[in-house]
Amino acid sequence: MYETNYHRASSVSDAVKLMKKAEDPKLLAGGMTLIPTMKQRLASPSDLVDITRIADLSGIKVSGKTVTIGAATTHFDVSTNEKLAKVCPALCALASHIGDPHVRYRGTIGGSIANNDPAADYPSALLAMGATIITDKRTIPADKFFKGLFETSLKDGEIVTAIEFTAPAKAAYSKFPNPASRYAMTGVFVVKDKDGVKVAVTGAGEGGVFRHKGLEAALDKKFDAASVDAVKVDAKGLMSDMHATADYRAALIKVMTKRAVAAAA
Amino acid sequence: MGIEGIGARVLRKEDKRFITGKGRYTDDMVVPGMKHAHFVRSPHAHADIKKIDTKKAMAMPGVIGVLTGKELKADGIGNIICGWMIHSKDGSPMKMGAWSPLATETVRYVGDAVVIVVADTKGQARDAAEAVEITYKVKKAVVSAVDALKSGAPQLHPEAENNLIFDWELGDSKAVDAAFKNAAHVTKLDIVNNRLIPNAMEPRATLGVYDGAEDHYTCWTTSQNPHVARLVMSAFYNVAPENKLRVIAPDVGGGFGSKIYIYPEEIVCLWASKKTGVPVKWNSDRTEAFLTDAHGRDHVTHVEMAFDKSNKILGLKVDTVANLGAYMSLFSSATPTYLYATLLSGQYNIPAIHANVRTVYTNTAPVDAYRGAGRPEATFVMERTMETAARELGVSPTDLRRQNFVTSFPHQTPVIMCYDAGDFGASLDAAMKTSDYAGFAKRKAKAAKEGKLRGIGMSCYIEACGIAPSAAVGSLGAGVGLWESAEVRVNAVGTVEVLTGSHSHGQGHETTFAQLVTERFGIPGANVNIVHGDTDKVQMGMGTYGSRSGAVGMSAIVKALDKVEAKAKKIAAHLMEADEGDIIIENGELKVAGTDKKVPWFQMALSAYTAHNLPSGMEPGLKEGAFYDPSNFTFPAGCYICEVEVDPDTGTTKIIQFVAADDFGNIINPMIVEGQVHGGIGQGIGQALLEGAHYDESGQLLTASYMDYCMPRADDLPSYQVSHQCTPCPSNPLGIKGCGEAGAIGSPPAVINAITDAIGNNNLAMPATPLAVWNAIQAAR
Repeated sequence: MYETNYHRASSVSDAVKLMKKAEDPKLLAGGMTLIPTMKQRLASPSDLVDITRIADLSGIKVSGKTVTIGAATTHFDVSTNEKLAKVCPALCALASHIGDPHVRYRGTIGGSIANNDPAADYPSALLAMGATIITDKRTIPADKFFKGLFETSLKDGEIVTAIEFTAPAKAAYSKFPNPASRYAMTGVFVVKDKDGVKVAVTGAGEGGVFRHKGLEAALDKKFDAASVDAVKVDAKGLMSDMHATADYRAALIKVMTKRAVAAAA
Repeated sequence: MGIEGIGARVLRKEDKRFITGKGRYTDDMVVPGMKHAHFVRSPHAHADIKKIDTKKAMAMPGVIGVLTGKELKADGIGNIICGWMIHSKDGSPMKMGAWSPLATETVRYVGDAVVIVVADTKGQARDAAEAVEITYKVKKAVVSAVDALKSGAPQLHPEAENNLIFDWELGDSKAVDAAFKNAAHVTKLDIVNNRLIPNAMEPRATLGVYDGAEDHYTCWTTSQNPHVARLVMSAFYNVAPENKLRVIAPDVGGGFGSKIYIYPEEIVCLWASKKTGVPVKWNSDRTEAFLTDAHGRDHVTHVEMAFDKSNKILGLKVDTVANLGAYMSLFSSATPTYLYATLLSGQYNIPAIHANVRTVYTNTAPVDAYRGAGRPEATFVMERTMETAARELGVSPTDLRRQNFVTSFPHQTPVIMCYDAGDFGASLDAAMKTSDYAGFAKRKAKAAKEGKLRGIGMSCYIEACGIAPSAAVGSLGAGVGLWESAEVRVNAVGTVEVLTGSHSHGQGHETTFAQLVTERFGIPGANVNIVHGDTDKVQMGMGTYGSRSGAVGMSAIVKALDKVEAKAKKIAAHLMEADEGDIIIENGELKVAGTDKKVPWFQMALSAYTAHNLPSGMEPGLKEGAFYDPSNFTFPAGCYICEVEVDPDTGTTKIIQFVAADDFGNIINPMIVEGQVHGGIGQGIGQALLEGAHYDESGQLLTASYMDYCMPRADDLPSYQVSHQCTPCPSNPLGIKGCGEAGAIGSPPAVINAITDAIGNNNLAMPATPLAVWNAIQAAR
């Protein structure tokens, strides 16, 4: 790791100030991607601004069907929050399968979505649920937030402060992990709500997380795993690597969708 | 056996320090004035070095030295060699290309060491390493052995035309041709044995200390065989003469073969310590381990097996191309030859066998012995072929095997080995019973109802351990003898130290070896210490690999114990005025048989050292040494049965049960043996389902971290059901065969046979990842 300056921000405005002062700063939340990258000398920020100690950024609020999760809330806290489990158990289940216990105790939801790893789990949930990402400057709907591989609509220095969504009537996440990394090789988050069915796919698309309209249309007609059979999932636009070809990922999208639908129904 | 003697499940003495974080590994060693090294490595798989500029790096903070291969050569440090001479079938010696510990003109794989930087801290060494400017002229690379043999392929070493190191054969090709003429059926199979990366928990490390006042070197290193390291570094690499070089391999966190070899880093750190005047420590990071630890396997094989009308095997033809990587590592030539082709008779009566092996240079990490070393490759060839033949012939795989088993011993195979003992049917019976083989069809039908594909597969392996009779391996080209040494020191109060040339890096020697002493003298295990891993303490030894520490290492201890026992009895007889032939040793006492006369063990020991009252002419003290050279290999054998369930939608394989029935001869500590079997099978399942090294066309290692190289995790592995059958080994005093590698040798074909049975497609390569299995299912549709 190259030398870097560590700052612990006391508030969001303090974090913004620290970010402005530094030459090439990075926000540090759980650091589950950033720190290993720095250790490999692939990233060399001049300054790290740690936002995990800002009290307002952690915690989960549930008010009726409205859920607000602070950006610095850990995967462990999301996976074990009882109020959240009552209205949106699918998100708890998703969080409970991120990484391993060490990662879940440190990694945060805000860090995960700001990094937008194409194989991360959360982006599929947020996209399918139509969540809103709240920053220190504005609110961004999920479908405008996730732009591509490791790319979001966040501006330089903009800080994600919370995620807000309305808990859907039915939802489930089904993930096929990469055997080595255990990241999603294909993960599908399915939501059924009064405005229809949404199917968001992570781990598979060349451009990161995406919604599959064909699957949504078929499931809108009948919310049943069997509805998936007739849908054609095109391998075009899907990632191909040594662990999974695009064809294989296309097949996995259908299988994971069926399993998610079965779990949600 | 007593509660701590032979056959007892004694808990491992060494585990207290290991599981409480108190182990002392090479990287834990700190000496005054110690500095840190970082190696500048080639980012290219194949390139000529045009220029190395170290000026900027030398000016960086904390830097003490930046040294190149040119300086190393100027100081007379030699090239790294392969220690086993193989001759091609035309009589020409193997073509060993030059491997300079620091590359001077050409780099041949990503990770090839070029420059060492020594600085006050690790970070400073790494910073300065980035400032070393090396100009490369990048050349085309070749990573597959088959491609490297093709005309027009990039050439690695001027010594080896067409990248061919040797073209070697074993067996009688004319006899095989004749056998195939009479065949009623021939089974043909193309097999790839996937390249593996060892991944010991502790990465390699070394600390080189030069003492100018004494002109003496000390090398702490992560070695499975410190004496071999000293021998090779003094005799061939010209680092220092043996009496001026002490090699210490303290606690070592796993080796699996990869820590047998002498790597560039040990040599360079020792030399750099003299050059810079400071002790130099280097610790590999995990990426360096992936790139530079010797890899394993990487064979491409075509096999043909001929059967007569009654399904008796008539002959076997094997043609293998083995990838040895960019340079020949220490034992790389032996692994695909005498540790491979000599096991191609399997457990079977095969009248005629011919094997042809070509070894090849490629722009990849050097390949050498890895847990099993040649024998997993041979077993995979044999047991995939037997299973395939049974399917083609429409007979049960158990019947086909049983019908062809060797049943009388000794049995001379057509490929050198003479099997001395075994009962292959007993292991097969035990495994079939434990796995409820007969009930499989019912389980398969039940799984099918749930949409799952069940399969069952077996593997009847035999391997050769206890390497090896020195004269025999010498005649086959080995540069060393493969005996072992031991010294038993009885202290004045009767406690015992056993010095052994074996090296424990996870095997539990400190427990097992002590059990021999407890068994013999009846003194508690707590009073016995095992000393190993230091060339200043143990005079000489050949180290631990090839499952040899039991059969060879413990046999040497037994020989030394014999001598101690004889002298102890003489002393006791003298003290009790009895005939030494009447002395028996029991529960820590020397007794006169048939009387109540006795002398406690400690009192006899004290008498040996006070020397006040010894038999006339006897030297004081009680310390004996022995060298043991085995008269034959040992032949562990067994039967593994694996039952799997495949999810046809995703290609995921779940191992439902894994049954191991092994014949290791006599067993000293069944708990440790079971642990070895569990670990070995874990590695075998890793090879079969998860692990595979991938280089891209340009020679970049794609699987250079755990993000992409899939090591087995606990939830990938089933609970094993293990049992032991026993035909004692006739060639060593304990009747033991060795158990360290069997699991890794026997398990891969059982897994693949089970999956191919489940999916109805025999064309499936390792690792059988979900993608590979899904593809095979699609292809069969």
